[in-house]
Amino acid sequence: MDEISRKWAVTGEPEHQPRRDYPPYRSTLLRHPTKDPQQVDPEGVELWAPAFGQRDVDPLESDLTIQRGGEPLGERMVVTGRVLDGEGRPVRHQLVEIWQANAGGRYVHQRDQHPAPLDPNFTGMGRTLTDADGVYRFTTIKPGPYPWRNHHTAWRPAHIHFSVFGTEFTQRLVTQMYFPGDPLFALDPIYQSIVDPAARERLVATYDHDLTTHEWATGYRWDIVLTGSHRTPTEDDTEGDL
Amino acid sequence: MSTDQRLAPTPGQTVGPFFHYALPYDGDSALVPHGTAGAVRLHGTVLDGLGVPVPDAVVEVWQADPAGRVVQAAGSLHRDGYTFTGFGRCATDRTGRYSFTTLTPGGVDGGLPFFALAVFARGLLHRLTTRAYLPLPDGQDGDALLRAAGERRATLVAAADPDGYRFDVHLQGPDETVFLTVPGETVPGDRAS
Repeated sequence: MDEISRKWAVTGEPEHQPRRDYPPYRSTLLRHPTKDPQQVDPEGVELWAPAFGQRDVDPLESDLTIQRGGEPLGERMVVTGRVLDGEGRPVRHQLVEIWQANAGGRYVHQRDQHPAPLDPNFTGMGRTLTDADGVYRFTTIKPGPYPWRNHHTAWRPAHIHFSVFGTEFTQRLVTQMYFPGDPLFALDPIYQSIVDPAARERLVATYDHDLTTHEWATGYRWDIVLTGSHRTPTEDDTEGDL
Repeated sequence: MSTDQRLAPTPGQTVGPFFHYALPYDGDSALVPHGTAGAVRLHGTVLDGLGVPVPDAVVEVWQADPAGRVVQAAGSLHRDGYTFTGFGRCATDRTGRYSFTTLTPGGVDGGLPFFALAVFARGLLHRLTTRAYLPLPDGQDGDALLRAAGERRATLVAAADPDGYRFDVHLQGPDETVFLTVPGETVPGDRAS
């Protein structure tokens, strides 16, 4: 990973996205395209994104601490921010989905073999719609780091998976939000696959003390910027399904 | 607005191996209920560079309705059995296969009809997008993208099969699917052609 970073540092060209071909993350070896992508001007259906509305998402789905009978274990926190397009316009009334490990670093997933306890009061998944300002907000538990088999002593930094739609299908994004100051950053090939430090820092949330509530929850803020939009938004984008 | 005033995009990251309890939902791959008049199947296998099926991928489809209208109806997560929303999602199974029950898209604004697809997988650090065009009549030259794809154009065209359309996604290898990028979007190592 260090060698790849050093090579990048020589040119220092901004790189906004991870390298799909990143050998330190072993699973990329046979799964990254080797040919250049074809550049297209989006057309037809690509100029629009799927629409989601209040019929699709219950407001309670944004609170991951109330999905089961009791309170999940761990550090309760609020995660909020705005979804914007490349021009800085809010992405309104659009779907945001998250999934994450519990406080012990364990997912509710058959193939997660990490011998940390499952939390009976935590499913680790949530959904919401952005509001008229593009704001999303979740209440959840801070996920724990967990080991994986990429290499000896590989541990993933704590993270929350995000799935986001824009106003065009070409803006579709799945990414991960991380927490500030994590000592595992330098050792994590998934995070380091974004070799430009300025770009990977955009995946790190900010602790926000104003968002923190007394005796209840810490607060983190994280804005998401989707690849620049090329279509002028219409009334449909601004009003959505309300 | 000039390019330098644009906000820098948030980088993508892999969907990881543990999305199964979050992204799939009831009715995700059925854009119309099974048995609907005119329903077709859009299906295929996601394959890696050795041609081995990828069992932990997610394919999303986004399409126009048969009349070529881009539907902007909500309800893609809460299927009501009547509303065609044009969106579907399908996690690949143990054999790397995905399958949607849907309607044949029409061309939008005079363009050729196609299914827009997004592909995610463990080991894939940023999503891929592509188009699955409907089979072209003999002798038809296609549109600008198909012409630009040259000898690789076949990877962008679905094959007719008895139930509808088959479209395999090759992430890598000799039959690698043509993946797309849009102006302003750059992924390192990619030299947009």
